[in-house]
Amino acid sequence: MGENPISIHVLGICSALAITTKIDTAVVMTIAVVAVLSISNVVISFLRNNIPNKVRIIIQMSVIASLVIIADQVLKAYMYDMSKLLGVFLGLIITNCIVLGRAEAYAMQNSPSKALLDGMGNGLGYGSILIAVAFFRELFGFGSIYGAQVIANQIYLGGYENNGLMILSPGAFFILGLIVWAHRAYTGTSDKH
Amino acid sequence: MKWLLDYLLKIKPNFDEGQKLNWLYPLYEATETILFSTDAKTKSAPHIRDSIDIKRVMILVVVALIPCYVFGAINIGYQNALSFGLERTWVENLIFGAKTIIPIIVVTFVAGAFWEILFAIVRKHEISEGFLVTCALIPLTMPPSIPLWQLFIATSFGIVIGKEIFGGVGMNIFNPALTARCFIFFSYPSKISGDMVWLVGPDGYSGATALSVPASTNSADAVSLLDGITQFDYSWINLASGWIPGSIGETNKFIIFLAAVALMIMKLISWRVILGGVSGLFAMSYIGTLIAPFSDNSMLSIPPHYHLVMGSFAFGLTFMATEPVTGSHTDTGRLVYGFFVGVLTVIIRSINPAYPEGVMLAILLMNAFASLIDYFVVKVNIRKRMARYA
Repeated sequence: MGENPISIHVLGICSALAITTKIDTAVVMTIAVVAVLSISNVVISFLRNNIPNKVRIIIQMSVIASLVIIADQVLKAYMYDMSKLLGVFLGLIITNCIVLGRAEAYAMQNSPSKALLDGMGNGLGYGSILIAVAFFRELFGFGSIYGAQVIANQIYLGGYENNGLMILSPGAFFILGLIVWAHRAYTGTSDKH
Repeated sequence: MKWLLDYLLKIKPNFDEGQKLNWLYPLYEATETILFSTDAKTKSAPHIRDSIDIKRVMILVVVALIPCYVFGAINIGYQNALSFGLERTWVENLIFGAKTIIPIIVVTFVAGAFWEILFAIVRKHEISEGFLVTCALIPLTMPPSIPLWQLFIATSFGIVIGKEIFGGVGMNIFNPALTARCFIFFSYPSKISGDMVWLVGPDGYSGATALSVPASTNSADAVSLLDGITQFDYSWINLASGWIPGSIGETNKFIIFLAAVALMIMKLISWRVILGGVSGLFAMSYIGTLIAPFSDNSMLSIPPHYHLVMGSFAFGLTFMATEPVTGSHTDTGRLVYGFFVGVLTVIIRSINPAYPEGVMLAILLMNAFASLIDYFVVKVNIRKRMARYA
């Protein structure tokens, strides 16, 4: 809770903006990131004593890249529509600073079982923010939650309208900013300058 | 008035440090200083003897806006009568318009006051009067048919995101009133753009504004296009005197001109921003008329003096661009800042047919660049002095 990658360290923002217009994409993204992050953490943790220090980033990247490609192929095989929605952003998990950051900062120093927990924890922390942002964007932007219409037709007839800003990417910025604000106010974190 | 002051002084101890009602002190302080002059003294030098303070400045700007409200109300009534083909006196028009705008004003002020008081109590600072100007400006930038619940959300957004998250009055980057308008513009575009929203008339009655006519029709000459409109009188003099559909407070350019002159004489707004803005508008639209023969975009052929009275440029420049906090702070910077507001307004109006009006976006964009302009002005000055004394 105190170390959430998005709301405290402000990592992995790009994908949080891109794929959170609806909850289902955010959920799939979360699962993909949790899988990639925990497996890459475990693999790198196993290899950590055999990785030469000078080329460690390249080795970490190649592990992560292979895992992302596997995740991408699995999605293409079993959830083709979803993989089209996620598009390039699934491949871009490679560049997500959280994955490399955890490999470098944690998996290189700790045992595989600890690294697995760390990977799952960070992945879920990332995913929880993703789903929270997607929840508000889908609710206000489309009037639905996980694809099910929750705002009744009568309300629309009474003059209510879906908020167009929420579908645009600035909407994700605002929601994310408010979540970061609320979270930091609750935990009392602030950046030191 | 004596009894009120006595009463206020009598209840004052209840709000002191350690008392039960201490958390409401900002509310008490605001009531006292709005009703009576303050005897608070600045705690450190310099001490300036002057009866003016931020409250008086803000109130004067609000007073300058009142004529816009009155004219706006009359114009709403007039446009309504026109659309139904009725004959009405201006008093009846005023009453009709007042019925439309008073709910808009009330909703804006309730939303604004709620957030301002909430943040003042939580952050334990005095209630700032900045929200009075913000809330006085927001209704004037709205079309008369704006749904009140959207207005409430937009005002909250403008006050909280536009101002409070940066630390309150004096720290904001973007003009809060324009942030509120921008929110509606992107969230609920059908209620603040297009042809249907600018007057209160029968359902489906279209009131294309002077800017949306050339934006939607290709022609070599926008002026003859406007003269060809029979539904409204879009001659230059009528565009300037404001008997046209539009946002509530921006239609009458003469009233805005008088307000601008008065505020400039009182030195509450900077004449440099105004001068820069008008010259930027003229320069860019003159360039536009030079390009116009080679293009079928009729917006380009609008002559400079038409640009000045069309849309909300005069209103935005006078009341929004000149805001001291979000604009540039150096004298040269203000000229440059204003100039680019004018240039960008014409560019957005002409090039992007989806946005017939560009003032709001131009000002917000320049808000973002204001301190960059200051930075370069200061740098140039430093270099000049280095050269002089080196």
